[in-house]
Amino acid sequence: MKKIVHYLNQFYGQLGGEEKADLKPILKEGPVGPGMALAEVLGQEAAIAATVICGDNYFADHQDEALAEILDMIAPYEPDMVIAGPGFNAGRYGLACGAVCSAAKEKFHIPVLTALYPENPGAEMYHKPVYILKTAISATGMRKIIPVMGKFALKLLKGEEVGFPEEEGYIPQGYRVNVHTVQNGAERGVDMLVKKLRGEHFVTELPMPVFDRVPPAPPVKDLTKAKIAMVTSGGIVPKGNPDHIESANASRYGIYDITGLDDLTGDAFMTVHGGYDPVYATEDPDRVLPLDAMRQIEKEGGIGELYNYYYATVGNTTAVSSAKKFATEIAQDMLRKGIQAAILTSN
Amino acid sequence: MKLTLNKFYVKDIQFAQKSAFADGILYVDKKELAEYLMEDPNIQSVDFDIARPGESVRIIPIKDVIQPRYKQSGTGQIFPGFVGDVETVGNGQTNVLEDCCVATSGKIVAFQEGIIDMCGLGATYNSFSKMNILVPLIYPVEGLDKHTHEATVRVAGLKTAAYMAKQTLNQNPDASETYEHESILEMGAKYKDLPKVVYVDMVQCQGLMHDTYVYGLNVKGILSTMIGPLEVLDGAIISGNCAAPGHKNATIHHECNPVIMELLKRHGKDLCFVGVLLNNESAMLTEKKRAAYYTSNLSQLLGADGMIITEEGGGNPETDLMLNCRFHEKKGIKTVLITDEYCGRDGASQGLADVTPEADAVVTNGNGNQFVVLPKMDRVIGDVETVKIITGGNANSIGQDGSLSVEIAAIMGSCCEMGYEHMTTRLR
Repeated sequence: MKKIVHYLNQFYGQLGGEEKADLKPILKEGPVGPGMALAEVLGQEAAIAATVICGDNYFADHQDEALAEILDMIAPYEPDMVIAGPGFNAGRYGLACGAVCSAAKEKFHIPVLTALYPENPGAEMYHKPVYILKTAISATGMRKIIPVMGKFALKLLKGEEVGFPEEEGYIPQGYRVNVHTVQNGAERGVDMLVKKLRGEHFVTELPMPVFDRVPPAPPVKDLTKAKIAMVTSGGIVPKGNPDHIESANASRYGIYDITGLDDLTGDAFMTVHGGYDPVYATEDPDRVLPLDAMRQIEKEGGIGELYNYYYATVGNTTAVSSAKKFATEIAQDMLRKGIQAAILTSN
Repeated sequence: MKLTLNKFYVKDIQFAQKSAFADGILYVDKKELAEYLMEDPNIQSVDFDIARPGESVRIIPIKDVIQPRYKQSGTGQIFPGFVGDVETVGNGQTNVLEDCCVATSGKIVAFQEGIIDMCGLGATYNSFSKMNILVPLIYPVEGLDKHTHEATVRVAGLKTAAYMAKQTLNQNPDASETYEHESILEMGAKYKDLPKVVYVDMVQCQGLMHDTYVYGLNVKGILSTMIGPLEVLDGAIISGNCAAPGHKNATIHHECNPVIMELLKRHGKDLCFVGVLLNNESAMLTEKKRAAYYTSNLSQLLGADGMIITEEGGGNPETDLMLNCRFHEKKGIKTVLITDEYCGRDGASQGLADVTPEADAVVTNGNGNQFVVLPKMDRVIGDVETVKIITGGNANSIGQDGSLSVEIAAIMGSCCEMGYEHMTTRLR
């Protein structure tokens, strides 16, 4: 039989209301409160071996210590799974449910599960790492959610394939996966248009994502004293592509030496970008990474100096998460090297 | 205008002493076909190979895929401007080889060439793996520049396809379908109560080997224009595009444009299909704006109530897609967009390079970043080493066991943004 440790706050742990919210974590053998109903759904296949109960305020005010104490209490049970809540729309409790599940998953490498109202701040913060089943806004939804939690927990415990959020009732974790369809894309598109024209309900397949907007940095006060770096997503690399940067969806970037060079030639540099015609960039890589022009401005005193290395990757179907990671690392490197500004070129 | 597609189902392709089509088998005289292609002095040598559905065969690198078609009757000839003269097509009868295509291979032109696997996991990502494929392997003369090399392979593919379908001339087809498309005034009177639907076919012509040809003309720099849907089915639009293989519109996608086919089928039933507007995806913002504004002018002149907009390629073409959406919605014309996504191997990143809040009805054809391991095949047609440099591949793509680990962007047509395949994404 699989072992589960259950997490509850002081209220659902039947220790008291707000007056007990400063309670430190305590451990009880077996199921408590909603755990009793949950145990019934789990039947013979899994049991709630213990319940950890913590006051909402204590957890919120001492999260690191509370988490450490809770994990120490869970560890001796070597559980197959940790379940928290359901927390409905209780803010502090929801955050604690998410945090406990997330930490237990990371530490014990076991499946975890909680259930919250979708607008609970805990859902917003922990829906990516943790399966969070959708609940009603208040405990009136307890009767409905317990069987769903129990069945989903058994599925996770058995390692069965998890269905889509609409089928299972969890809050989407934010991963888009490819699935095959009966109709081709064009047929689906025409159906969608006919519905839209008739004013009927239709469901878009791709809700518009929200983009980060980055406010521009303040202008460089005195360019004639500034150290400037060059960064390109146009795939200009030393001949032979020493870092094996991919021609699309690059997983890495390179930092390359241009000390003593006034001009990039096709003998020494090349493009590995798979999204554009390489003929002209191969003829003269300065067309993508304008070293010749930058050196001239440097000689004329227009800038203080050009940094003697440049950063390069390929921006072709490259995931935003990778681009963000490269940019963070490159910007930190620039700060260490005393660079004040950078010129970014694409292709 | 009326066009009949005479369909000949191909069960097999075989090399033979004499080219012919009989009992569902296409016989190809390699020597005669080679001589026909070698009329182009830029070809040093050409060879042919055959791939069949279910065989343990991988074709790589593939530049273009073409469905064999040839005019039985009517004006003009298939692929006008290349095989045929520039005379108008889209009427009479056209013979079509179904379950069959040409996939051009040989020396790689550019990074943007793809893979077709005839069985295994890779075969689940496109329709081509279910077809009998003739592969011309084209090797250009020494020192041929890349742009001429591209044109050479492009034309050789079209000629091969026409040559194949020509073998069916004057034979009885297995099936035939007739499509009728009236003039705008006529259909307006005939279907006055049906919503008027326009199809905006965005084509990627940016020069630099991202080009599409209409009646032989590279339509880079054109103002948006109109074309009859039946003309498109006769190969009036062909691909010279070296964009990512997973989502470039190959010539077969234009010939069998699934949006046109679906709109023709529903024309007069639940909608009135007014026509096709060609909108070029330029690389420059002003030109993108000009194209989208002008397309919306034409839609308004045509009295469109709604439209489907399809994209070609990704990244900057998303701006064309979103501008067209916004400008049309502002004029009260309802839009549905058809695209694909690049949301990272884990599917957690934003998948489009540009968005607009008006885009509330979008069809996606999949995440091109999905990572797959394609099993070893017994036989490779072409050069498997090219996987290391093509879009979706990398230096470590070839496993020790001969498997290929790639993103599905490397698989020909996997995420076709005309909606040719049967895939979408779901959020989890």
